[in-house]
Amino acid sequence: MEPFNRYEGVVVPLNRANVDTDQIVPKQFLKLTQRTGFGKYLFYDWRFFEDGTPKNEFVLNQPRYKDGKILLTRSNFGCGSSREHAVWALTDYGFRVLIAPSYADIFYNNCFKNGVLPITASDRQIDELFEDVTAHYGYTLQVDLNNQTVTKPTGQVIQFMIDPFIKKCLLEGLDDISITLQHEQEIRSYEARLRPYQIVDVVRLK
Amino acid sequence: MPSSTLFDKIWDDHIVQKECGRRALIWIDRHLVHEVTSPQAFDGLRSSKRRVRRPDLTFATVDHNVPTTDRSLPIEDPISRKQVEALERNCADFGITLFGLYNTRQGIVHVIGPELGITLPGLTIVCGDSHTSTHGAFGALALGVGTSEVEHVLATQCLWLEKPDSFEVRVDGALPRGVTAKDMILSIIGHIGVSGGKGSVIEYRGDAITSLTMEERMTICNMSIEGGARAGLVAPDETTFRYIEGRRYAPKGEALEEAKESWRDLKTAGNASFNKSVRLNASEMKPQVTWGTTPAMVTDVTGKVPHPEDFPEPEMRNAAGRALEYMGLEAGTEIQSIKLDRVFIGSCTNSRLPDLVAASRVVKGRKVAQGVRAMVVPGSQIVKYQAESQGLNRVFTDAGFEWRESGCSMCLGMNPDILAPRERCASTSNRNFEGRQGRDGRTHLVSPIMAAAAAIEGHFVDVREWNFKES
Repeated sequence: MEPFNRYEGVVVPLNRANVDTDQIVPKQFLKLTQRTGFGKYLFYDWRFFEDGTPKNEFVLNQPRYKDGKILLTRSNFGCGSSREHAVWALTDYGFRVLIAPSYADIFYNNCFKNGVLPITASDRQIDELFEDVTAHYGYTLQVDLNNQTVTKPTGQVIQFMIDPFIKKCLLEGLDDISITLQHEQEIRSYEARLRPYQIVDVVRLK
Repeated sequence: MPSSTLFDKIWDDHIVQKECGRRALIWIDRHLVHEVTSPQAFDGLRSSKRRVRRPDLTFATVDHNVPTTDRSLPIEDPISRKQVEALERNCADFGITLFGLYNTRQGIVHVIGPELGITLPGLTIVCGDSHTSTHGAFGALALGVGTSEVEHVLATQCLWLEKPDSFEVRVDGALPRGVTAKDMILSIIGHIGVSGGKGSVIEYRGDAITSLTMEERMTICNMSIEGGARAGLVAPDETTFRYIEGRRYAPKGEALEEAKESWRDLKTAGNASFNKSVRLNASEMKPQVTWGTTPAMVTDVTGKVPHPEDFPEPEMRNAAGRALEYMGLEAGTEIQSIKLDRVFIGSCTNSRLPDLVAASRVVKGRKVAQGVRAMVVPGSQIVKYQAESQGLNRVFTDAGFEWRESGCSMCLGMNPDILAPRERCASTSNRNFEGRQGRDGRTHLVSPIMAAAAAIEGHFVDVREWNFKES
């Protein structure tokens, strides 16, 4: 995974709450067996008509938000289905930072596994950001994960919180399977004391 | 030390390694795998030359994209076929038990886990599917995870987790006639909202919960995720033990008796406290119908489509306005005057034998309304077989329903079972999101008996007023 530290880019405002993963990437695109190439399906039904022509009013199709790199949105983003394809679609499109008041739990976890930083900010901060983005063409933000800051073009700084373990994984681009495998001893000792019902008696079934 | 909740007990029992704060490496007892969220995980294992640590604790099936039509025909959609074949190859390569397309035990992953005794009390269970919460009905900590976590569990049989909060949902009283577990969970979600359970594991408690059958508890726990919860739980009891007895992968004889002894401790201590609590009364509940595009946009069957201005928060007002536009509904419309094009009885929420039995009693001797296309999709091959042995297929087909093979089908429309644009469907599934059942399709979530009655009348009706045998 690519290490994450400083990041800067155009902010795209998606002014909707409870955006579910079915909207982020509709089911007809879940049949691909690789992790790449999902960007063109991001927000597909909102972004395109059935024949594939773009819906001009949708935010990703507006010229001022072209090449957006930071997605600003509302509460409970990523609710519903656990599909990691939603995160793959966001990264493949070019979003590596999200800013919202809250995220759904499974989606939040999926973000870190793919080097995406979901920043949580207060409702008031989010309201202000929405005002700023709509008022200024080409509005960009600077994100510094190490210092846990988002800096506005005015120099104003928003401090954000993040779990230290997740921060470390993102900063170093760590693969958490290899971290876990360093705990082989502990896993083995747990395995040795499994209760009988935790085990599936395969021999008996044959 | 404060007394433990059921959730604390299962959590503590599975800690492999404790880290700072609430983070821990948690042992996973059962891993359920399906064709849609696993191919990338197996590829990851291959490219890093890792093996599946415990293939004996891993079980796979195909359910999400499989056709529900004649199984003797090949899968027409080449991409679906490729995904099914990829799972077959992955299971063969890594030594995993697969209930494949032609297996007599194939079915929706959350139907077959319990049915085969793979799901047991006190276990930790994961699956790359958000409705894994279903298995919490047994007093198992069951979590939906993404594909990277699927790969992590395949490789290590463990998962890094931040310990969630505990949330008590207490339901007292008894459900009135014609009001089901589905109406109960929709009422709960209507009450707590779609993110009310965020960051928590819900424990459902109270008389109204303990008096439910296992299938009804599964319906409740299944939709915990729609209330934003990490998982749902019901403490195991004699009802649970009776269900487990004789299931294929469950302990038998003396081993079962020993297991029951440990499972009897799996309950929240009398003086334990929860991070959050709500109380509801089942006797006041009515049949529920969703009118919008989240499961919390729900009302009583006797109610009306609300006006966006009825909602105090601007965020909800906007969402309600958008939802009404998408659903093609006018504020103030009587729920019972909403006409339907399609009816779907199925999904991991409501496709088990008792769901089909209940729906068949409503349907028996009646005909599906003209202009309505109605479909029953049993949750598994075993459910289908059992239903057919009771002649339920005939009851449904005589009434004009289609009787299908098992799978997720029109709950998420990954296979050919989808709504056409602007078609309106009464569905026993769990999500009424925009486009969920097909682009521009309009979904109303209801119970199986409400769906059955709606199919007969062509619009929603109050099933409590219907003459049918309830049990």
